[in-house]
Amino acid sequence: MSIPSAAAASRARPAAAPAAGPPNPPPPGSGAPPPPLYADRVKVYPKAVQGRWRQVKWALLTVCLAIYYVVPWLRWDRGPLAPDQAVLIDLDAGRAYFLWIEIWPEEVYYVTGLLILAALALFLATSLLGRVWCGYACPQTVWTDLFMLVERLIEGDRNARMRRDKQPWSADKVARKLAKHAVWLLIAAVTGGAWILYFVDAPSSFGPILHGEGSVATYSFIALFTTTTYLLAGWAREQVCTYMCPWPRIQGALLDENSIVVTYRNWRGEPRGKHKLGTEWDGRGDCVDCMQCVVVCPTGIDIRDGQQLECIGCGLCIDACNGVMAKVGRPPNLIGWDTLANQEARASGRKARYRLWRPRTVLYVILIAITAMVMVAALSSRASVELTVQRDRNPLFVTLADGSIRNGYTVKVSNKSWEPQTFRLSVDGLTGALLSLADAPDSLTDLSARPDAVATRRVFVTVPADSSVAESSSIVFRARRQAGGDSASHDSIFLAPRK
Amino acid sequence: MPTKIEKDAVTGRSTTGHEWDGIKELNTPLPRWWLYVFYACIAWSVGYYVFYPSLPWVHGVLGWSRRAELAETMQAERERIRPMLERIRATPIAAVDRSPELRDFAFAGGRAAFADNCAPCHGAGGAGAKGGFPALVDDEWIWGGDLAAIERTILYGVRSSHPDTRASQMPRFGADQILTAAQIADTAEHVLSLSGRSTDGAAAARGSAIFADNCAACHGPAGRGNVELGSPDLADRIWLFGSDKAAIAHSIHLGRGGVMPAWNTRLDEATIKMLTVYVHSLGGGR
Ligand code: SF4
Ligand code: SF4
Repeated sequence: MSIPSAAAASRARPAAAPAAGPPNPPPPGSGAPPPPLYADRVKVYPKAVQGRWRQVKWALLTVCLAIYYVVPWLRWDRGPLAPDQAVLIDLDAGRAYFLWIEIWPEEVYYVTGLLILAALALFLATSLLGRVWCGYACPQTVWTDLFMLVERLIEGDRNARMRRDKQPWSADKVARKLAKHAVWLLIAAVTGGAWILYFVDAPSSFGPILHGEGSVATYSFIALFTTTTYLLAGWAREQVCTYMCPWPRIQGALLDENSIVVTYRNWRGEPRGKHKLGTEWDGRGDCVDCMQCVVVCPTGIDIRDGQQLECIGCGLCIDACNGVMAKVGRPPNLIGWDTLANQEARASGRKARYRLWRPRTVLYVILIAITAMVMVAALSSRASVELTVQRDRNPLFVTLADGSIRNGYTVKVSNKSWEPQTFRLSVDGLTGALLSLADAPDSLTDLSARPDAVATRRVFVTVPADSSVAESSSIVFRARRQAGGDSASHDSIFLAPRK
Repeated sequence: MPTKIEKDAVTGRSTTGHEWDGIKELNTPLPRWWLYVFYACIAWSVGYYVFYPSLPWVHGVLGWSRRAELAETMQAERERIRPMLERIRATPIAAVDRSPELRDFAFAGGRAAFADNCAPCHGAGGAGAKGGFPALVDDEWIWGGDLAAIERTILYGVRSSHPDTRASQMPRFGADQILTAAQIADTAEHVLSLSGRSTDGAAAARGSAIFADNCAACHGPAGRGNVELGSPDLADRIWLFGSDKAAIAHSIHLGRGGVMPAWNTRLDEATIKMLTVYVHSLGGGR
């Protein structure tokens, strides 16, 4: 059984737009003109559709947009010194906040972990349910759907839009087109503006940005996101999914014959043909060849051609066909969610069975569990203090006048708490070794660090003369929080001249 | 272009005429917007050739160049730090070191100046080098290791041509035939004993008298040196010209002493102050 095939994909185009198809391929044989190198876009005019999957799509669209616009406004109390935005990426300070998680630049591996988790979840969802992500939750789909809703409200449904586009320019046509693009641009600007709020404090920045008091960079980014939203959701639409997005190619490898995808029940629908009400259904399939499944498809393909690269699995063709089936009095779901294996079984009269647990889904679940556990372990063991020690490279060691040997180190203590902290530094592992601060040799080796900041100090470790220290000995630095609690250590070495 | 137009049975499209492992590629036209993007990219790159320097001897109509931009940036940077340098120039060195703001600035500036001017002799990290280039990271300072002493050494140098230079002269005891070779050997043995490394007690005892007569005036009776005179401590573990007996004897024979230029002819006052702060912080500052 074949998953999206190039043959099926290219077969879809002419069927999708019978009125304005691309130039037909030349007939075989000599003397035929060469095929064109570049093809115009076949404009897709998706028709409005009602039904269960359309409703699911509206619901998810609302949820996704709500999340996107509301999240920057959520507050999270982290104490008086820390920002109280629940989700904030503070580029200036180099900190990212996700609810109770705070990420420093050297901890971006948490983000990597999150991305791995998201990718694995997507793998699992795809192998179970096909391209549900594409059809229901992908931002490209969500915003395109929203833009098409606007278009439909202003320009009417498929037939009205097609008719108007063929007509010469008139006042009404100009007005409607202008209105549509104005609303699109407005939505795009609100989208781009909201994006910025993830990087600044939303309540205090919103007003100034609105009143033209933001920085040039802010407005450039808003302009950038506005333009891309407008172009991708308004103009490019399904072309993003078909030509630009790498994901469809990857998904082909994640699907198999047991994935639940949008399928046309060939065995039930064929032979298709027009049907007159009241006549018998014997000797023919349920498909009345009404093309409703094609005209509602946002990517403009014919699902009856089989699994295709372009199909984003949105299920709108199911809704369309179910409406037709109800009208002609046939059972629903001539197009429906099913696995390719089941379709074959049903066609040959065997019992359909769903195999959700397959080697690949089990593997994805295991990988998700492992990644999640590693993440939870890493996050829960995140220390509020971190110590790094850099040895001086030049010189490697210094002989002092009294013959003692001294090594220099740069010590960095990261105070990841929101209170000022004092840390007592110490060094272990070398008998007689003395630790001192380079700029205050006689004071205690205490180091104070501001909240959420790194304190950097140069320190010396000195070993007295004639203490027979080896050429290279390993030592351990330790920073212990004075107020009790966390401590951190870092390994280093102590070098001495060759004996 | 296909070498031979052939039609694919399933799709009705023509193929490219090439075959890989039994699979023929369809000759599907590219979307036209793709073509436009391609043209736009070409126009963009042509624009680069027109506006920016891209070919030898062609400078672009904007007149922009990386070198000019660098010069501008450097100039702007010089303007930016000028007030700070002026403050450092007008502040006594001890006060520079006490102000955290000035000290941080001076440290950074001093480090850069050190790499440019001092590192060739004293090493990038101030570790010095064999043959008379003192380490600046240890705690022996022949001419004093406090801020004022370091500043003066940098300003006027050591045995330089400047009238205020630091100068000490170790006599050439052997070359000028003040002492015989045997006397020098005995003296060297005594010097070794000052830091507890002598192996020949009798020779060291003989050398002790010679040391008292010839060396103690500068190096002190116990060989502890004298910062005022610039005479090194002979009883510690730091040896500028080598610590074994042969090297010490050689020093007594030839009377060694290195030269450091007077930097006030080359560096301005503020830079020398910044260098002083940096050198002082290397680890041996007093
Ligand atoms: S074929 Fe059906 S499921 Fe696929 S994109 Fe078109 S309408 Fe959506
Ligand atoms: S909507 Fe249903 S009946 Fe109409 S053409 Fe599509 S599959 Fe056939």
